[in-house]
Amino acid sequence: MSEVYVITSGKGGVGKTTTTANLGAGIALLDKKVVLVDADIGLRNLDVVMGLENRIVFDMIDVIEGNCRLKQALIKDKRYPTLHLLPAAQTKDKDAVTPEQMVKLCEQLREEFDYILIDCPAGIEQGFKNAIAGADKAIVVTTPEVSAVRDADRIIGLLEAAEVRSPLLILNRIRINMVKRGDMMALEDVTEILAIDVLGVVPDDESIVISTNRGEPCVADKDSFAGQAFRDICRRMNGETVPLMDLETDKGFMSKIKKLFGGS
Amino acid sequence: MEFLKNIFSRKPSSGSVAKDRLKLVLIHDRANCNTDLLEMMKNDIMQVIAKYMDIDEAAGMDINISQTTDDDNKTVPVLYANIPIKNMRKKT
Repeated sequence: MSEVYVITSGKGGVGKTTTTANLGAGIALLDKKVVLVDADIGLRNLDVVMGLENRIVFDMIDVIEGNCRLKQALIKDKRYPTLHLLPAAQTKDKDAVTPEQMVKLCEQLREEFDYILIDCPAGIEQGFKNAIAGADKAIVVTTPEVSAVRDADRIIGLLEAAEVRSPLLILNRIRINMVKRGDMMALEDVTEILAIDVLGVVPDDESIVISTNRGEPCVADKDSFAGQAFRDICRRMNGETVPLMDLETDKGFMSKIKKLFGGS
Repeated sequence: MEFLKNIFSRKPSSGSVAKDRLKLVLIHDRANCNTDLLEMMKNDIMQVIAKYMDIDEAAGMDINISQTTDDDNKTVPVLYANIPIKNMRKKT
Protein backbone atom coordinates (compact mmCIF):
# COMPACT_ATOMS: atom_id res chain seq x y z
CA MET A 1 0.00 0.00 0.00
CA SER A 2 1.48 3.30 -1.02
CA GLU A 3 0.73 6.59 0.70
CA VAL A 4 0.49 10.00 -0.91
CA TYR A 5 1.42 12.87 1.40
CA VAL A 6 1.15 16.56 0.58
CA ILE A 7 3.50 18.85 2.53
CA THR A 8 1.82 22.24 2.84
CA SER A 9 1.79 25.38 5.00
CA GLY A 10 -0.08 28.29 3.43
CA LYS A 11 2.65 30.75 4.31
CA GLY A 12 5.86 30.74 2.32
CA GLY A 13 9.32 30.39 3.82
CA VAL A 14 8.44 28.16 6.77
CA GLY A 15 10.43 25.20 5.46
CA LYS A 16 8.10 23.10 3.28
CA THR A 17 10.71 22.31 0.65
CA THR A 18 13.46 21.59 3.17
CA THR A 19 11.07 19.36 5.08
CA THR A 20 10.03 17.51 1.92
CA ALA A 21 13.68 16.92 0.93
CA ASN A 22 14.62 15.64 4.38
CA LEU A 23 11.58 13.40 4.78
CA GLY A 24 12.23 11.95 1.33
CA ALA A 25 15.87 11.18 2.05
CA GLY A 26 15.04 9.96 5.56
CA ILE A 27 12.37 7.53 4.38
CA ALA A 28 14.72 6.30 1.64
CA LEU A 29 17.24 5.53 4.40
CA LEU A 30 14.59 3.19 5.84
CA ASP A 31 14.74 1.24 2.54
CA LYS A 32 11.35 2.40 1.29
CA LYS A 33 10.75 3.49 -2.28
CA VAL A 34 10.08 7.23 -2.27
CA VAL A 35 9.32 9.80 -4.93
CA LEU A 36 9.36 13.54 -4.28
CA VAL A 37 7.01 15.56 -6.50
CA ASP A 38 7.68 19.30 -6.82
CA ALA A 39 4.23 20.83 -7.35
CA ASP A 40 5.54 24.41 -7.27
CA ILE A 41 5.30 24.95 -11.01
CA GLY A 42 7.10 28.09 -12.17
CA LEU A 43 9.11 28.41 -8.97
CA ARG A 44 10.77 25.02 -8.62
CA ASN A 45 13.24 24.68 -5.78
CA LEU A 46 13.11 21.12 -4.53
CA ASP A 47 15.73 20.18 -7.15
CA VAL A 48 18.30 22.65 -5.78
CA VAL A 49 17.59 21.78 -2.15
CA MET A 50 18.20 18.13 -3.11
CA GLY A 51 21.30 19.03 -5.14
CA LEU A 52 19.82 17.46 -8.29
CA GLU A 53 19.41 20.62 -10.38
CA ASN A 54 21.95 19.57 -13.00
CA ARG A 55 20.21 16.32 -13.78
CA ILE A 56 16.82 17.56 -14.99
CA VAL A 57 15.90 16.61 -18.54
CA PHE A 58 12.11 16.32 -18.45
CA ASP A 59 9.64 17.64 -15.87
CA MET A 60 6.14 17.02 -14.53
CA ILE A 61 4.43 18.97 -17.33
CA ASP A 62 6.27 16.88 -19.93
CA VAL A 63 4.81 13.76 -18.31
CA ILE A 64 1.29 15.22 -18.11
CA GLU A 65 1.37 16.47 -21.70
CA GLY A 66 2.75 13.16 -22.92
CA ASN A 67 6.09 14.53 -24.17
CA CYS A 68 7.90 11.77 -22.33
CA ARG A 69 7.24 8.64 -20.29
CA LEU A 70 7.03 8.94 -16.49
CA LYS A 71 10.25 6.91 -16.07
CA GLN A 72 12.18 9.36 -18.26
CA ALA A 73 11.27 12.34 -16.07
CA LEU A 74 12.07 10.67 -12.74
CA ILE A 75 15.54 11.57 -11.46
CA LYS A 76 17.20 8.82 -9.47
CA ASP A 77 19.21 10.14 -6.53
CA LYS A 78 22.57 8.34 -6.62
CA ARG A 79 23.16 8.82 -2.88
CA TYR A 80 19.89 7.06 -1.93
CA PRO A 81 19.11 4.00 -4.07
CA THR A 82 15.34 4.14 -3.45
CA LEU A 83 14.81 7.93 -3.80
CA HIS A 84 13.48 9.68 -6.92
CA LEU A 85 12.51 13.25 -7.80
CA LEU A 86 9.88 14.43 -10.26
CA PRO A 87 10.81 18.08 -10.87
CA ALA A 88 8.36 20.91 -11.58
CA ALA A 89 8.45 22.87 -14.82
CA GLN A 90 10.17 26.22 -14.46
CA THR A 91 8.80 27.95 -17.56
CA LYS A 92 5.08 27.19 -17.15
CA ASP A 93 2.67 28.51 -14.54
CA LYS A 94 0.34 26.88 -12.02
CA ASP A 95 -2.61 26.77 -14.43
CA ALA A 96 -0.71 24.40 -16.73
CA VAL A 97 -1.99 21.49 -14.59
CA THR A 98 -5.48 20.52 -13.48
CA PRO A 99 -6.41 18.67 -10.28
CA GLU A 100 -7.64 15.74 -12.40
CA GLN A 101 -4.22 15.44 -14.05
CA MET A 102 -2.55 15.45 -10.63
CA VAL A 103 -4.84 12.66 -9.42
CA LYS A 104 -3.91 10.61 -12.48
CA LEU A 105 -0.20 11.28 -11.97
CA CYS A 106 -0.41 10.18 -8.33
CA GLU A 107 -2.20 6.97 -9.38
CA GLN A 108 0.65 6.21 -11.80
CA LEU A 109 3.27 6.88 -9.09
CA ARG A 110 1.46 4.61 -6.63
CA GLU A 111 2.30 1.63 -8.83
CA GLU A 112 6.04 2.22 -8.35
CA PHE A 113 6.52 3.76 -4.91
CA ASP A 114 5.74 3.20 -1.21
CA TYR A 115 5.71 6.91 -0.39
CA ILE A 116 4.82 9.82 -2.65
CA LEU A 117 5.65 13.20 -1.09
CA ILE A 118 4.23 16.28 -2.81
CA ASP A 119 5.88 19.63 -2.10
CA CYS A 120 3.01 22.14 -2.21
CA PRO A 121 3.51 25.76 -3.28
CA ALA A 122 2.74 28.59 -0.83
CA GLY A 123 -0.70 30.15 -1.08
CA ILE A 124 -4.23 28.78 -1.37
CA GLU A 125 -4.83 29.21 -5.10
CA GLN A 126 -4.65 26.82 -8.05
CA GLY A 127 -1.20 25.46 -7.14
CA PHE A 128 -2.44 24.43 -3.70
CA LYS A 129 -5.58 22.83 -5.15
CA ASN A 130 -3.48 20.86 -7.63
CA ALA A 131 -1.02 19.70 -4.97
CA ILE A 132 -3.68 18.35 -2.60
CA ALA A 133 -5.86 16.78 -5.31
CA GLY A 134 -4.19 13.38 -5.33
CA ALA A 135 -3.14 13.25 -1.67
CA ASP A 136 -4.40 10.81 0.99
CA LYS A 137 -2.74 12.60 3.88
CA ALA A 138 -1.38 16.04 4.63
CA ILE A 139 1.55 17.33 6.66
CA VAL A 140 1.17 20.95 7.74
CA VAL A 141 4.49 22.71 8.38
CA THR A 142 4.49 25.84 10.52
CA THR A 143 6.83 27.92 12.66
CA PRO A 144 6.00 29.35 16.11
CA GLU A 145 4.98 32.75 14.73
CA VAL A 146 1.56 34.39 14.66
CA SER A 147 1.50 34.74 10.86
CA ALA A 148 2.60 31.17 10.13
CA VAL A 149 0.17 29.57 12.61
CA ARG A 150 -2.66 31.72 11.33
CA ASP A 151 -2.03 30.53 7.78
CA ALA A 152 -1.72 26.95 9.00
CA ASP A 153 -5.18 27.25 10.57
CA ARG A 154 -6.60 28.41 7.25
CA ILE A 155 -4.90 25.54 5.43
CA ILE A 156 -6.28 22.98 7.91
CA GLY A 157 -9.78 24.33 7.21
CA LEU A 158 -9.26 24.08 3.46
CA LEU A 159 -7.84 20.55 3.75
CA GLU A 160 -10.92 19.47 5.69
CA ALA A 161 -13.21 21.06 3.11
CA ALA A 162 -11.32 19.13 0.41
CA GLU A 163 -11.71 15.94 2.48
CA VAL A 164 -8.01 15.39 3.10
CA ARG A 165 -8.63 14.12 6.61
CA SER A 166 -6.64 14.49 9.83
CA PRO A 167 -3.59 16.53 8.81
CA LEU A 168 -0.42 16.16 10.91
CA LEU A 169 1.69 19.02 12.26
CA ILE A 170 5.42 19.64 11.99
CA LEU A 171 6.51 22.61 14.10
CA ASN A 172 9.67 23.90 12.48
CA ARG A 173 12.46 26.20 13.67
CA ILE A 174 11.71 26.06 17.35
CA ARG A 175 14.31 27.72 19.60
CA ILE A 176 14.06 26.07 22.96
CA ASN A 177 15.97 28.82 24.81
CA MET A 178 13.47 31.41 23.61
CA VAL A 179 10.53 29.16 24.55
CA LYS A 180 12.00 28.74 28.03
CA ARG A 181 12.25 32.44 28.70
CA GLY A 182 8.73 32.96 27.33
CA ASP A 183 9.70 34.71 24.12
CA MET A 184 8.46 32.05 21.71
CA MET A 185 5.26 30.03 21.57
CA ALA A 186 5.77 26.44 22.72
CA LEU A 187 4.53 23.33 20.93
CA GLU A 188 1.67 23.09 23.44
CA ASP A 189 0.53 26.64 22.60
CA VAL A 190 0.42 25.85 18.90
CA THR A 191 -1.35 22.48 19.25
CA GLU A 192 -3.90 24.00 21.64
CA ILE A 193 -4.80 26.55 18.98
CA LEU A 194 -4.67 24.34 15.89
CA ALA A 195 -6.07 21.18 17.53
CA ILE A 196 -4.24 18.68 15.29
CA ASP A 197 -1.93 15.76 15.99
CA VAL A 198 1.83 16.37 16.09
CA LEU A 199 4.14 14.50 13.74
CA GLY A 200 7.30 16.20 14.96
CA VAL A 201 9.20 19.22 16.21
CA VAL A 202 12.30 20.45 14.39
CA PRO A 203 14.79 22.75 16.15
CA ASP A 204 16.14 25.86 14.47
CA ASP A 205 19.56 24.64 13.46
CA GLU A 206 22.50 26.05 11.50
CA SER A 207 23.10 22.63 9.97
CA ILE A 208 19.96 23.15 7.84
CA VAL A 209 21.50 26.21 6.20
CA ILE A 210 24.81 24.45 5.71
CA SER A 211 23.30 21.30 4.24
CA THR A 212 20.98 23.29 1.97
CA ASN A 213 24.00 25.28 0.74
CA ARG A 214 25.59 22.00 -0.28
CA GLY A 215 22.43 20.39 -1.64
CA GLU A 216 22.67 17.50 0.80
CA PRO A 217 19.67 16.84 3.09
CA CYS A 218 20.83 17.03 6.74
CA VAL A 219 18.78 13.94 7.64
CA ALA A 220 21.82 11.85 6.65
CA ASP A 221 24.13 13.86 8.93
CA LYS A 222 24.39 11.93 12.19
CA ASP A 223 25.69 15.01 14.04
CA SER A 224 22.87 17.31 12.96
CA PHE A 225 20.28 18.14 15.60
CA ALA A 226 17.60 18.96 13.01
CA GLY A 227 18.64 15.83 11.11
CA GLN A 228 17.82 13.75 14.19
CA ALA A 229 14.38 15.40 14.36
CA PHE A 230 13.74 14.49 10.71
CA ARG A 231 14.96 10.91 11.23
CA ASP A 232 12.46 10.56 14.10
CA ILE A 233 9.64 11.94 11.95
CA CYS A 234 10.44 9.47 9.17
CA ARG A 235 10.30 6.55 11.61
CA ARG A 236 6.91 7.79 12.85
CA MET A 237 5.64 7.98 9.27
CA ASN A 238 6.84 4.40 8.86
CA GLY A 239 4.63 3.30 11.76
CA GLU A 240 7.10 3.31 14.66
CA THR A 241 6.36 4.98 17.98
CA VAL A 242 9.16 7.46 18.65
CA PRO A 243 8.92 10.00 21.50
CA LEU A 244 9.37 13.69 20.66
CA MET A 245 13.04 14.57 20.94
CA ASP A 246 14.50 16.44 23.88
CA LEU A 247 15.31 19.84 22.42
CA GLU A 248 17.61 20.79 25.27
CA THR A 249 20.89 22.04 23.80
CA ASP A 250 22.32 23.55 26.94
CA LYS A 251 24.27 20.59 28.32
CA GLY A 252 26.67 22.85 30.20
CA PHE A 253 27.88 22.55 33.76
CA MET A 254 25.28 24.88 35.31
CA SER A 255 22.32 23.11 33.73
CA LYS A 256 23.66 19.78 35.01
CA ILE A 257 23.79 21.26 38.50
CA LYS A 258 20.24 22.56 38.10
CA LYS A 259 19.07 19.14 36.92
CA LEU A 260 20.68 17.60 39.99
CA PHE A 261 18.42 19.76 42.14
CA GLY A 262 15.33 18.89 40.18
CA GLY A 263 15.26 21.97 37.93
CA SER A 264 14.50 21.72 34.26
CA MET B 1 20.88 42.16 31.08
CA GLU B 2 17.84 40.82 29.21
CA PHE B 3 17.29 38.50 32.14
CA LEU B 4 17.28 41.37 34.67
CA LYS B 5 15.01 43.43 32.44
CA ASN B 6 12.50 40.57 32.43
CA ILE B 7 12.53 40.34 36.21
CA PHE B 8 11.95 44.02 36.79
CA SER B 9 9.47 44.75 34.02
CA ARG B 10 5.81 43.92 34.36
CA LYS B 11 5.36 43.31 30.67
CA PRO B 12 3.93 39.90 29.80
CA SER B 13 6.33 37.66 27.87
CA SER B 14 6.24 38.12 24.11
CA GLY B 15 5.37 34.45 23.67
CA SER B 16 2.11 34.84 25.59
CA VAL B 17 1.37 38.09 23.75
CA ALA B 18 1.80 36.16 20.49
CA LYS B 19 -0.57 33.43 21.66
CA ASP B 20 -3.27 35.91 22.70
CA ARG B 21 -3.01 37.87 19.46
CA LEU B 22 -3.17 34.65 17.48
CA LYS B 23 -6.32 33.51 19.29
CA LEU B 24 -8.04 36.80 18.59
CA VAL B 25 -7.08 36.80 14.92
CA LEU B 26 -8.33 33.23 14.50
CA ILE B 27 -11.73 34.01 16.03
CA HIS B 28 -12.22 36.52 13.22
CA ASP B 29 -10.72 34.28 10.55
CA ARG B 30 -12.74 31.25 11.49
CA ALA B 31 -15.95 33.25 11.65
CA ASN B 32 -15.29 34.96 8.34
CA CYS B 33 -14.52 31.68 6.62
CA ASN B 34 -18.08 30.54 7.11
CA THR B 35 -20.40 33.20 5.76
CA ASP B 36 -22.47 30.47 4.09
CA LEU B 37 -22.76 28.60 7.34
CA LEU B 38 -23.77 31.75 9.20
CA GLU B 39 -26.48 32.44 6.60
CA MET B 40 -27.82 28.88 6.94
CA MET B 41 -27.82 29.19 10.71
CA LYS B 42 -29.60 32.52 10.50
CA ASN B 43 -32.40 31.00 8.41
CA ASP B 44 -32.77 28.04 10.77
CA ILE B 45 -32.91 30.24 13.87
CA MET B 46 -35.46 32.49 12.20
CA GLN B 47 -37.69 29.51 11.34
CA VAL B 48 -37.60 28.22 14.91
CA ILE B 49 -38.45 31.58 16.45
CA ALA B 50 -41.17 32.22 13.88
CA LYS B 51 -42.93 29.12 15.21
CA TYR B 52 -43.58 30.91 18.48
CA MET B 53 -43.43 34.64 17.77
CA ASP B 54 -44.07 37.14 15.03
CA ILE B 55 -40.73 38.25 13.66
CA ASP B 56 -40.44 41.67 12.09
CA GLU B 57 -38.71 40.53 8.91
CA ALA B 58 -38.84 43.97 7.35
CA ALA B 59 -36.69 45.36 10.15
CA GLY B 60 -34.05 42.84 9.25
CA MET B 61 -32.13 40.60 11.60
CA ASP B 62 -28.49 40.48 12.37
CA ILE B 63 -26.38 37.46 13.34
CA ASN B 64 -22.63 37.49 13.73
CA ILE B 65 -19.80 36.01 15.73
CA SER B 66 -17.65 38.29 17.85
CA GLN B 67 -15.71 37.80 21.07
CA THR B 68 -16.03 38.60 24.69
CA THR B 69 -14.02 37.86 27.82
CA ASP B 70 -15.11 35.19 30.29
CA ASP B 71 -14.67 35.14 34.07
CA ASP B 72 -10.98 34.26 33.80
CA ASN B 73 -10.40 37.17 31.43
CA LYS B 74 -9.91 34.77 28.52
CA THR B 75 -11.19 35.65 25.08
CA VAL B 76 -14.07 33.44 23.96
CA PRO B 77 -16.26 33.65 20.87
CA VAL B 78 -19.95 34.59 21.21
CA LEU B 79 -22.83 34.29 18.79
CA TYR B 80 -24.69 37.58 18.71
CA ALA B 81 -28.22 37.72 17.32
CA ASN B 82 -30.54 40.70 17.02
CA ILE B 83 -34.04 39.62 16.01
CA PRO B 84 -36.77 42.28 16.03
CA ILE B 85 -40.14 40.92 17.13
CA LYS B 86 -43.53 42.36 16.17
CA ASN B 87 -45.67 40.41 18.58
CA MET B 88 -44.69 38.13 21.45
CA ARG B 89 -47.62 35.86 20.87
CA LYS B 90 -48.09 34.34 17.48
CA LYS B 91 -51.52 34.82 15.97
CA THR B 92 -53.12 31.53 15.04
